[in-house]
Parts: sequence; C-alpha cells; structure tokens
Amino acid sequence: MDRLTLDIAVALRTLRLDLALEVGRETVALVGPSGAGKTTVLRAIAGLVRPDLGRIALGSAVWLDTARRIDRPPEERSVGYVFQDYALFPHLSVRKNVAFGGVERVDELLERFAIEQLSGSRPAEISGGERQRVALARALAREPAVLLLDEPLSALDAHTRNAVRAELQELLREVRLPTLLVTHDFEDAAALADRIGVVLDGKLLQMGTAAELVLEPADPFVASLTGSVLLPGRARAGPDGLTEVELDDGTLVYSAERGVGRVGVVVHPWEITLARSAPADSARNHLRAPIAAVVPDGDRVRVRVGPLTAEVTAAAARELELAPGVPVVASFKATGARLVPLGS
Amino acid sequence: MKHAFNTVLVVAVVVAVTFLALPIVAIFWQVGLDRLVDGLRSDIARDAFRVTLKTNAIAMALILSVGTPAAYFLATRRFPGRALVVTILELPLVLPPAVAGIGLIFAFGRLGLLGDELDALGITIGFTQVAVVFAVTFVASPFYVRQAIASFESIDRTMLDASRTLGASPAKTFWRVALPLAGGGLGAGAAVALARGLGEFGATIMFAGSLQGVTQTVSTAIYQEFDVSLDAALAISAALVLVSGAILLAVKILPQWTGSRSTSRSLFARSAST
Repeated sequence: MDRLTLDIAVALRTLRLDLALEVGRETVALVGPSGAGKTTVLRAIAGLVRPDLGRIALGSAVWLDTARRIDRPPEERSVGYVFQDYALFPHLSVRKNVAFGGVERVDELLERFAIEQLSGSRPAEISGGERQRVALARALAREPAVLLLDEPLSALDAHTRNAVRAELQELLREVRLPTLLVTHDFEDAAALADRIGVVLDGKLLQMGTAAELVLEPADPFVASLTGSVLLPGRARAGPDGLTEVELDDGTLVYSAERGVGRVGVVVHPWEITLARSAPADSARNHLRAPIAAVVPDGDRVRVRVGPLTAEVTAAAARELELAPGVPVVASFKATGARLVPLGS
Repeated sequence: MKHAFNTVLVVAVVVAVTFLALPIVAIFWQVGLDRLVDGLRSDIARDAFRVTLKTNAIAMALILSVGTPAAYFLATRRFPGRALVVTILELPLVLPPAVAGIGLIFAFGRLGLLGDELDALGITIGFTQVAVVFAVTFVASPFYVRQAIASFESIDRTMLDASRTLGASPAKTFWRVALPLAGGGLGAGAAVALARGLGEFGATIMFAGSLQGVTQTVSTAIYQEFDVSLDAALAISAALVLVSGAILLAVKILPQWTGSRSTSRSLFARSAST
C-alpha cells in the first residue's frame, strides 16, 4: 500500500500553516484547537485548497508539487473525505448519496454499514449516527487510497458518540487505509489513531502515540492538551458492577464505565483530590506516591503524583504544604475514571 | 395608545389592499364572463397570445440557457470587476423600458451599432418577431439572473467540495449537485422573469412595433385595442391577470414543493455585489 507524504505551506488568514507528515497503513490524528489549521491540511490533501508551496504524493503518484507546477484537481486524487457535518447531498436518497462516489460497491457498502433499510431515505430523515455511516460509505464507494476524516464525532451528541467511536475504530482497523483524522478531542484521537500529531498555530508540535504524548509532552501545550491523564491497561469485569483495570504497572484502578480488553483510563486533573494520608471517603481509587512536580498555573496548581496529574487550588496546595518529594495520596472516584478503548 | 396604533396598522393594510385590488376587480366587473369569452375569441386576441407565448418561450429558453451558467460562474468565483459585471446584468431592472427600447434600436436596429454588419449578413431584427424576443430577453433576464446568483450563492460550498472529492468533475458537480440544490430558487426566478416578459410593453413597442400576428403581443394589443374595441382590450387584460396570478401563486408554492431550503423563498433576494 502506498504511503501518503506531504510537506506543505499555506498562508491562512491569521497564521501560516507549515507542516510535513507521512502516513503509512495507519491512522494518524491531528489534534489541536479550532483555527490551528488542521482542516486545511485535509483540504490541501483533497485538492480543495492550494498550498502556496509544497508537495503531496501518494506513493509515486504526485498530487501536488508547486516546484514542478503539478496540481491535480480533487476528482483525480484518490481520497475518501468525510466532512465535519458529513455534507450529504440533501436532494439525494441515502442510496444515491453512496452511489455518487461509485456504483459498483453500493449494495456491499449499504450492507457493511447496516444502512440498507435507509437506502430510500433522505439525509434529513435519518439520525446523526446514521448520517455518519452514510458519509463513510459514500467516501469508501470510490475505493479511495487515502481516508480523510474531519471531526468525525463532533456532530454527534454525547449519547451516540461512544457507540459511533467504537464503530469507527472497527472500521479503521478493517479498511487499513492511510487515514488522516482531525479532531480537537484528545480522547477521540487516542481511541482512534495509532499516532497523534498535536497542531498549534499551523505547526506540528509533537507526533507520537497517545501514551508518548501523555507521558513525555514535548511542549506545555501538548501537556495541557493531554492534561487528562490517560493510563493504559487491561479491563475486566470487577466487583460491584465496576470495571477493574489492571494498569501496565500492575496497579488496579476501578471505573464505573464498562470496558473490556485494552483500554486507557482517562482522569481529568480536577477530578483527582490530594491528601497527606489515605482519606476515608467514597473514592474507590487511591494512589500513594511522592509528588514528582508542582507547577503553578494561575490560581491553581498542577501536581504530578506518579502517573497522575492533579489540579488543586493554590490555597489548598499551601495548606497541605505540597512540594516535590512529599508523599501524598491521590484519590479519584470510579465515576471519574472514564475508559477509552485503545487500538491493540 | 396600543389600540390606536393597531388601528393605524389595520387602516394602512385596508388602504393598500383596496388600492391595489380595485383595478383588478374593475377589469372583471366590466368584462363579465360572456364578453370575456367573446373577446378572447377575436383574431386579435388569438394572434396576440400566439405571438406572446412564442416569443416568451424563446426568450425564456435564451435566459435560462445563458443566464444559468453565467449566474453559477458569478456566484462561485471571486475576481476583480465582478461587482461591475453583476451591476451590468442588473441594470435593465432599473432602466425605464422606453430607454431599453431606444438602446435596442441603436444597438441592433438598421442604423444601430451592429446595423451594417447585420445588414451585410442579410439579417433584419427591428420590427420582426426577433425584435420582440430581444426586448423581452433584455427586460426580463435580470429578474432571473439575480435570483439565480443568490440561489447558487446560498448552496453550502462543502456540497460542491464533497462532489469533487467523490470524483465528479466541475461540470458534473454543476449538473448533479448545484442545479438540483438551487432548483427551487431558479424556478422562482424563472417564474418572475416570465411574468415580467409576458407583460413587456415599452421596449417591445419601440423596437418591434405592434403588427398583428407578427410583433403584436398581449400588452401592445391591449394598448391598441383600447381605442378600437374596448371589449377585446378588457378581455385580454382579464386573461393576463389570470395568467399572472397563476405565476405568482406558482412562485410562492414552488420552493416548498421542491423541498428546497428557505433561501430560495425570498423572491428578490439580494445577491452580493462584491
């Protein structure tokens, strides 16, 4: 399978996008705040935006090379593009939407995405999750060599989001295409992508696996983006209907969410409380360790305890006399430990 | 206070409706059904309707086939001088029809700008049916083009982008995505242009004259018959009211009927001139 390589520079209204990337048979997520230029990367690959400088190629097929004045139009680039709001054609039925990309595999795709029963419906008549399946089927109907997903989960409500994310995960494993995914949500990126690139102000700050970004952020922005701690481990059913996750270092963590197999436990820093000795509270998870670092952040303080980062008020930090080396107990409730399925 | 204000509003509505509806009512009051049928049976009325329908059909075909791609271009591209181009296309909208007539004479008439060239080719336009088509096209086209630009502009650009990434060429994207999505608005624009074209008078009578069976349209026939046979003039007028009313109704219903989005509902939607 051909690798997608790109090295482009695009002048945007407020910033200059300057980014090089190589995507093999894997899913790469670009994460960053809105306005960072993530979508422009996808649009440039698809040929919808023309970079001022650069080169985009799929294997030996050159799609763009400003130096050689090559710029292939979108219809000649083999991409499957799933737009943020899916951009389904409102005047066409589900079936015709899918067939727009290519007619050969329509039945197969309608079946694969379990949307045969909707084939006569218009996009306005189906749910958000269904719309996403139609958009994916339509993008794949052209048998693309590259898959581009722009915020594939942002148009969904929290309820459908998790289910759709699992579906998407399965699909990405199945199609095994070079896939570039754009999202502002680190959790989504961690769940869906093999590698994550953090983009800020048009620049790629760091590229690595979710664990690498969490454990060794190369930049304060990366640290704040991944701020919610992600602890990789293996999940199984535990006592009291909780899920028991054995972290890679052997620690046991309990979560109120369901999960099985390889998962990441995500804990927001503000859901972690600190104490000098083990508290008799309702939290199910306690971790005793010396403080690794104390980083003031405005009127708050970020405290690193083992693999966790807790966020406490500056006043509380003073009262507890928190300082590096001081042993503390970090606690969080099972309901504060969310589970993200991790790809293998 | 509130009550008084309400009264003012209601009075305004009553005055407006009365003033605008009275002439319409008067026409039907005067004609009566039997005289209407008799009037419409006259040769003059029959010829006038035949000429009007034929010339308007040709004019509408010209307006749609040239105006649609032109509007699509202007709606989807930005280039220096675009505002000027759009303004030129809209100009006939505000031009008095008599001025349009003079302009057409001095552009395409025997003594006009292109007169010698057309003469050399053996083509005469002034005072032929072609002149009627020209006059109608000139006066009615901005009504369509304006609405068409607005309709194409209101299409979500990602729809066009999506089409391209799915392998469709720009031409295929136009046919399969842009046209159907703008359809409701285009239909409404065409209906208004047709209504304007059917009633065209000033430019037609100056550039094409009013020769029965050749260049005499319903509007020019009404004007001429007014002196000769009031019955025929009234009958034709009444028939025209019905046709125009039907078109107006179609315009209001069309966008909902095609399931098109709200953007196409505003008849005279302003197209951005920048």
